[in-house]
Amino acid sequence: MYNRNNLKGWLYLLPALAFISVFMIYPLIDVFVYSFEENYNFASQSYTGVGLYNYSYILHDPYFLQAVKNTFILVIITVPLSTGIALLISLALNSIKKLKDLFQTVFFLPYVTNTLAVGLVFMILFKKTAYTEGLINLLLNSVGISSVDFIEGPYWAKMFVLCFYTIWVVLPFKILILTSALASVNKDYYNVARIDGTSKLRIFTRITLPMISPSLFYLIITGFIGAFKAYSDVVALFGTDLNAAGMNTIVGYVYDMLYGNSGGYPSFASAAALVLFAIVLTITVINLLVSRKNVHYQ
Amino acid sequence: MKIVLEHLTKQFISRNSSSEIVTAVNDFDFEIPDGKLVGLLGPSGCGKSTTLNLICGLEVPTEGKIYFGDLDVTALPPENRGVGMVFQNYALYPHLTVRQNILFPLENLKGEQKLSKEVMNEKALEAARLVQIDTLMERKPSELSGGQQQRVAIARALVKTPGVLLLDEPLSNLDARLRLQTREQIRRIQKETGITTIFVTHDQEEAMSISDLIIVMKEGMMQQMGKPQEVYNHPANLFVAKFLGTPAINVFEGKILDHKVYIGEDAVMDTEAEDQDIYVGIRPEGFIPDRNGKFNCRFDRIETTGRDTSIVCHNDSCISDSDIRVIVDSDDELNNENGIIRFNLKPNKTHLFSKKDETVI
Repeated sequence: MYNRNNLKGWLYLLPALAFISVFMIYPLIDVFVYSFEENYNFASQSYTGVGLYNYSYILHDPYFLQAVKNTFILVIITVPLSTGIALLISLALNSIKKLKDLFQTVFFLPYVTNTLAVGLVFMILFKKTAYTEGLINLLLNSVGISSVDFIEGPYWAKMFVLCFYTIWVVLPFKILILTSALASVNKDYYNVARIDGTSKLRIFTRITLPMISPSLFYLIITGFIGAFKAYSDVVALFGTDLNAAGMNTIVGYVYDMLYGNSGGYPSFASAAALVLFAIVLTITVINLLVSRKNVHYQ
Repeated sequence: MKIVLEHLTKQFISRNSSSEIVTAVNDFDFEIPDGKLVGLLGPSGCGKSTTLNLICGLEVPTEGKIYFGDLDVTALPPENRGVGMVFQNYALYPHLTVRQNILFPLENLKGEQKLSKEVMNEKALEAARLVQIDTLMERKPSELSGGQQQRVAIARALVKTPGVLLLDEPLSNLDARLRLQTREQIRRIQKETGITTIFVTHDQEEAMSISDLIIVMKEGMMQQMGKPQEVYNHPANLFVAKFLGTPAINVFEGKILDHKVYIGEDAVMDTEAEDQDIYVGIRPEGFIPDRNGKFNCRFDRIETTGRDTSIVCHNDSCISDSDIRVIVDSDDELNNENGIIRFNLKPNKTHLFSKKDETVI
């Protein structure tokens, strides 16, 4: 009886297992293997040697190092800022009564807005064309600051646009998660704290934060992973030749190595992908270790 | 500290339609003497929790005043009133240990009131000892039983030695045995500390058993206030009579004619009151089985639960929700002829209420 049930269980799992094996596990192993095979060629299925050459190459490739730098800047700026801003907005939303639903909807709109429409909005805001300087530049001009080319100009301007865009895009989801987490904190905790004369700041740090810490932690982990995977947003803003623009990301580098202008180097692409994997894994493990102390599951 | 409520009224705007106003607490005007344990009793939605919230300051009254001792606290925020409160779900901070939970109110103290670490720990331990949880100080609330959690909540409410302790449905989340134990504990803690304590409950037995005074409420109006046994023996109106006592009082439609009380055709007792239509309330223990009794009922069955023997019977004038329940001594002689059982009534267990306004006659 036990065995038969066991068999039945595996049978139910089979479709999912098949898909995961074909589309996740096999490619993972494959990438791992490619990353150690020198000059692997898809067409001829041949390679010239086995070793760490691929890793050595990409770690000395200025384009890869630029991509790593860009990605890290993006992660370090956008993850804390977007989570922090989302927390502030959620706290504000949670403490108002009037128009709460309206604001909640407004803040959620970007999440359901078409990417092309969002791209257009950002173009109107930032892009310099023959006809206009872009809305932000017009604002800057009005306070006496000269125009900046945000899309094809200096590095920091481009990075600013990228971070601004990333934060704006991820905010709605974070606000959604945090407002529901805040709303689910039992009001009696706040009532008790009030009767005991707890200051607002202490209520926030000693009650609110621990209570919503699981949601916050979830957002930070997924935020890190999402930011490390940044690619499509960068393409939307700066076009496909990211190396030339100096705005490439690690995923962008992997893509370029596979298909891009310099294309046709699956070994390098695999090595870069594994470096990204190692980075994300390390960061996530650090996150988990930190969370063990500070996240309170009920 | 004595608590005085002066024409206290709290109105809410109805959630369903903004034009409708709900009066949760209607013109409360009474004094709770210092050092007493007071039970605020009433069915769900009668405004008893609102009353508690008004006293602790979480709600602001629409009208009226609240005094602690001689001090008008109506406009004071909760933290300046010196009250301790225990919520129905205890509201212990789940991420803090028992010790941290009890310390929490002390750590809020600022300026001159600020205490040193040693004094705080001392006070926390003292409060924990009082409620007998001093061996569980390092546990998280989730590792405690319901009764222990509740005592932690009481310790947290007491640690600042408040002038008033408020308990909102303190026993409703406990199982029956624990409830009995915990209510003794509450009684003991209140006696030891001498803090004026108000607790809210919908369970009349709970209120009757440990309170010095009970206040019966209905739909925002105070119905009666007094010592539990007094209120039980002399209910001011039909609602109070029906609300107190298990099994519930048996209620009959009746009338007074020529100074005799009639239930149906039976003239059951004499009275001095005027002729009128009335309700007759008879406590289950107010019946004396008697072969020549004046009150006839149709016998149904005998039920024995533990030490109580009860006779279940019917009468057409009975308007209680359930059958008539009569508690008798098991050695009482039962007269049962052709399914008719006869009783005489104990006058002090029989209450007459005017049919017009349901007040006692």
